Amino acid sequence: MAALRQIAFYGKGGIGKSTTSQNTLAALVELEQKILIVGCDPKADSTRLILNAKAQDTVLHLAAAEGSVEDLELDQVLKTGFRGIKCVESGGPEPGVGCAGRGVITAINFLEENGAYDDVDYVSYDVLGDVVCGGFAMPIRENKAQEIYIVMSGEMMALYAANNIAKGILKYAHSGGVRLGGLICNERQTDRELDLAEALAARINSKLIHFVPRDNIVQHAELRKQTVIQYAPESQQADEYRQLAQKIHNNSGKGTIPSPITMEELEEMLLAFGIMKTDEQALAELQAKEAAKAAAVAAQ
Amino acid sequence: MSLDYENDGTFHEKLIEEVLSQYPDKFGKRRRKHLSVAKPAGEEEAGGEAEPLTECDVKSNIKSVPGVMTIRGCAYAGSKGVVWGPVKDMVHISHGPVGCGQYSWSQRRNYYIGKTGIDTFVTMQFTSDFQEKDIVFGGDKKLAKVIDEIKELFPLAAGVTIQSECPIGLIGDDIESVAKKKAKELETTIVPVRCEGFRGVSQSLGHHIANDSIRDWVFDKKETEWETGPYDVNVIGDYNIGGDAWASRILLEEIGLRVVGNWSGDATLAEIERAPKAKLNLIHCYRSMNYICRHMEEKYGVAWMEYNFFGPSQIEASLRKIAKHFGPEIEAKAEATIAKYRPLADAVIARFKPRLAGKTVMLYVGGLRPRHVITAYEDLGMEIVGTGYEFGHNDDYQRTGHYVKKGTLIYDDVTGYELEKFIEKVRPDLVGSGVKEKYPVQKMGIPFRQMHSWDYSGPYHGYDGFAIFARDMDLAINNPVWDLFDAPWLKPQPIALAAE
Repeated sequence: MAALRQIAFYGKGGIGKSTTSQNTLAALVELEQKILIVGCDPKADSTRLILNAKAQDTVLHLAAAEGSVEDLELDQVLKTGFRGIKCVESGGPEPGVGCAGRGVITAINFLEENGAYDDVDYVSYDVLGDVVCGGFAMPIRENKAQEIYIVMSGEMMALYAANNIAKGILKYAHSGGVRLGGLICNERQTDRELDLAEALAARINSKLIHFVPRDNIVQHAELRKQTVIQYAPESQQADEYRQLAQKIHNNSGKGTIPSPITMEELEEMLLAFGIMKTDEQALAELQAKEAAKAAAVAAQ
Repeated sequence: MSLDYENDGTFHEKLIEEVLSQYPDKFGKRRRKHLSVAKPAGEEEAGGEAEPLTECDVKSNIKSVPGVMTIRGCAYAGSKGVVWGPVKDMVHISHGPVGCGQYSWSQRRNYYIGKTGIDTFVTMQFTSDFQEKDIVFGGDKKLAKVIDEIKELFPLAAGVTIQSECPIGLIGDDIESVAKKKAKELETTIVPVRCEGFRGVSQSLGHHIANDSIRDWVFDKKETEWETGPYDVNVIGDYNIGGDAWASRILLEEIGLRVVGNWSGDATLAEIERAPKAKLNLIHCYRSMNYICRHMEEKYGVAWMEYNFFGPSQIEASLRKIAKHFGPEIEAKAEATIAKYRPLADAVIARFKPRLAGKTVMLYVGGLRPRHVITAYEDLGMEIVGTGYEFGHNDDYQRTGHYVKKGTLIYDDVTGYELEKFIEKVRPDLVGSGVKEKYPVQKMGIPFRQMHSWDYSGPYHGYDGFAIFARDMDLAINNPVWDLFDAPWLKPQPIALAAE
């Protein structure tokens, strides 16, 4: 058995991390890999498509019910879904109370100590959108994920987020050996999206590992709580995820130490690609609009 | 009135240089600002108040550097351990993991009258005992439950305070909303105190936060039926350590005043609630409670006055100062009181001064003591060679100028290394500091008294306290154990070796 590979998916909230990761991991099973998914999000929706249901028993909720995490048994929280993929959700507090970051740390320590990582080839962490505190950086620390995949798109805020996550990886790259595996662009059909994604990847010393085209079939599958691999295994989109899975599988040890860029550099890049307008451009557009409006009023 | 002497300032200046020379340049430069030698006060035009004897300004109230073995505490210590903890008829919850509560259990020997566990709770310890799940899911529900349990188990408790430990601030628990909800539901006073230990540079911020919580959560919350009198005073900043407040109260009552509140040693919530109706606030520990006195002056027009009840010289001066505020009738009683106790004080001095005169003392404590106790030592003929504050501010060092003599060594937030070196080189006859300092100093062969807790003795306030203070200092300094300090084999051999 090859050494355990630990990977993690990060990215801006709502970018489609969970969807992309679950589809990709479902495809990875076809490569005869045994997989464990660790959902690190209090919403506990990182394994819904694999389990075909929302996980009910999260590590932290059961621990709270039993008294403490020490009272918990692994099989209470470890569920098996699509083609034997093991799933576990850290869970966490309702919005606005407690400390979800500490919850992630507690849950991951529990899984490691109780042998959840034995007898699997892959552990995949799906982490909530914004790495707001140390807890959510847990998977990129020492002896956790070796490669991070950043899910992004051509939208400005997704690019900001990707660059910020690269900063987080850089911080732990020297102490923990974590590497940036690459960017996964989830198509949003913005202007020059592929070019921009490739340019950003190059600027931060990484690569665009795959460009996932937009296809409504993903939403159709999701509504049925399924991955595309399960819902429409013959579809074009299923093949896209298979390609991504193969690329990730072949990417072992090829991650890089990222070179995140400054805010100014990022903004310059966006301006160059016409995503962000300069103040003059914005002003000119506004004036043109108002002039048109005034003309319309005058015409009446 | 006070002893006339002068310390060797040149030697002390050299000593500071010697100590600083051992530090890396950058750190030495920082620490230099905290060390000083008292200089003669500048020639100022004579004002109404007494002129300061010396000037001993040093930089103070800034962050300690990790690793220097600072003696400071944290904001939680300032609120739970100092200001709120002694309020006897309230239950004080150490809200958070168990350690902070465990190590502050029993308070600081803040004596009180009452049946512990029935109507008073000072030496008991209440904690919400946070577990991992409380951190992850928030501790609000547990806090509400703890308050319910307290209400059920201790129906005579007048209220509850919530003393926040660090994690409460880190996870952002909304203790205020729990306090509001439960206070309404249980019809009681619940005071949330945001005294998380990581806030501020020392316990000093905890005092301030606790003072503010009295202002925001106690004052003007209930109608207090209280018949006021013309001679009502509050004693503020007397924590009744070893009974200090009781020894003070009898003197104030003898001069005709009515002590309607004592904050916060032996205090009840009712005393705090009615405090704004008093005529005058008498403040002993200025550092920990000046904030609320200033507030009462601004909002309720209650004047405040500092006083000092350590040793007969200061007691007499303070009684006269207080009496002057109330007019001739009280002044006459004050004189009668002073005359009544004079023989007692003289007897104490007659007995102990011959045994203590000329002995030198170094102090390193907190609050008011680095200056307030000085004259009590001088009343016994002893001389203060060095003093410093753990968590003093500028105004404390300004006030110190009224007490210390020229050439006195001044050290702020002293490091473990500095204090040890100072003591080693100065070799005073007595050191007064805390328990952590006690044993190293005694091992150096120097007598020591803990001056935070009166070394399990007290009271030291008032005339009664002075007698105990004098006895304790004599016990420490003239203990025969110090004659046995040198190992027998290191002493010159009294017997000649037998001839071969």
